[in-house]
Amino acid sequence: MAARSLLIRKTLATVLRRDSAALGAPAAAHSRGLHTFTLPDLSYDYGALEPAISGEIMELHHKKHHQTYVTNYNKALEQLHDALPKGDASTIVKLQSAIKFNGGGHINHSIFWKNLAPVREGGGEPPKGSLGWAIDEHFGSFEKLVQKVNAEGAALQGSGWVWLGLDKELKRLVVETTANQDPLVTKGPGLVPLLGIDVWEHAYYLQYKNVRPDYLKNIWKVINWKYASEVYDNESS
Amino acid sequence: MQHRHACFSLQCPYWVSKPFLVILFYLLQVWNHDFFWESMKPRGGGGGKPSEDLLKLIDRDFGSFEGFVNEFKTAAQTQFGSGWVWFAYKDSRLDVGNAVNPLRSDEDKKLVVVKSPNAVNPLIWGYYYPLLTIDIWEHAYYIDFQNRRPDYISMFMDKLVSWEVVNSRFENAKATVEQMECEDERKRRQEEERFTIDEAPANAVFPDTDIVSE
Repeated sequence: MAARSLLIRKTLATVLRRDSAALGAPAAAHSRGLHTFTLPDLSYDYGALEPAISGEIMELHHKKHHQTYVTNYNKALEQLHDALPKGDASTIVKLQSAIKFNGGGHINHSIFWKNLAPVREGGGEPPKGSLGWAIDEHFGSFEKLVQKVNAEGAALQGSGWVWLGLDKELKRLVVETTANQDPLVTKGPGLVPLLGIDVWEHAYYLQYKNVRPDYLKNIWKVINWKYASEVYDNESS
Repeated sequence: MQHRHACFSLQCPYWVSKPFLVILFYLLQVWNHDFFWESMKPRGGGGGKPSEDLLKLIDRDFGSFEGFVNEFKTAAQTQFGSGWVWFAYKDSRLDVGNAVNPLRSDEDKKLVVVKSPNAVNPLIWGYYYPLLTIDIWEHAYYIDFQNRRPDYISMFMDKLVSWEVVNSRFENAKATVEQMECEDERKRRQEEERFTIDEAPANAVFPDTDIVSE
């Protein structure tokens, strides 16, 4: 009886190792001590941000685009996990762009979903408290901040993100853009993202076509300033 | 490519180079899109095959037509962010100012598949003659294919590419390169005639020999 269960366990381990793709990478990865990233759930329905962002876009964006970043990030990390103990230098270097792109995509979108909220849950309400005062201090007014973010977002060539960030070292707010899926930290190690707006075409094209400025004008109606304020309070103390 | 972009911004003050780069972006995108429209044949009339000459070079540089199609599709699928993928004829010139490849042969002229980000076009890099392009900005396929970029690429390769146009661009590229080679040869002979070793100034050093005139 014990021998049989031993045999089953051994077979299972072999199967897990060999067929990780078929059984599900998470199972195999966990058995080797590698963290597997998963697609975070939204705290609202796909249609809850309409009419600012259509349900069709939200579903594709979350279920397809973000999921692809997660899947490919895990794949790249697994390959890195294999290459590191072997000292396979060229593979390790080759994987960097896939890690940056897919990992960045996962990081950025995870923040993005928290930056959005339905109107009935406070989406669109301007920030109060310390973040509100900081915005007035650094940009003159909330409207001026919106103007700046919209201008930078519209002018971004190609794909990327526009951010409101906190520079922890210089203790001030900044508006920054990053290309492709580069996270904000690539613009400065002391930068903390408070609010990110995805200006890749997949974020707005089905609804706004090429009129990115309209997307930027409307997204403020569903921005979740509660989350941004929380992050600001935590990081600036 | 990075070097050339750096030149634009380092040699000009910011208030000149920034608007210049914006204008350049739009100029490039106009060129790219014109080139793209002309690369396609409407109503499923595309597809077809390259000319015999072009096919010979494709077989040499990619192993086979299928090899080329695979490489083109893979490049298009793996370009991160916005950009374009190009099938181009690359001249054998060295990527250095006035340097002429001293041992140039037809073998050095290659067909290549290259990716470029955003609005970048291989013409900027010099010595590339684009033959075919596919737009892989999301706006090019999102309404019809959403996130399914591979389906868009396959549809483009199977049904839309106008090989007539690609073939004629190839002929033009070859002709242009030949013409430039003749020009180079003519200039080189002119230089030689103008300036023999006997008439060289004292202590002249000839870059391609060890001869120092006495």
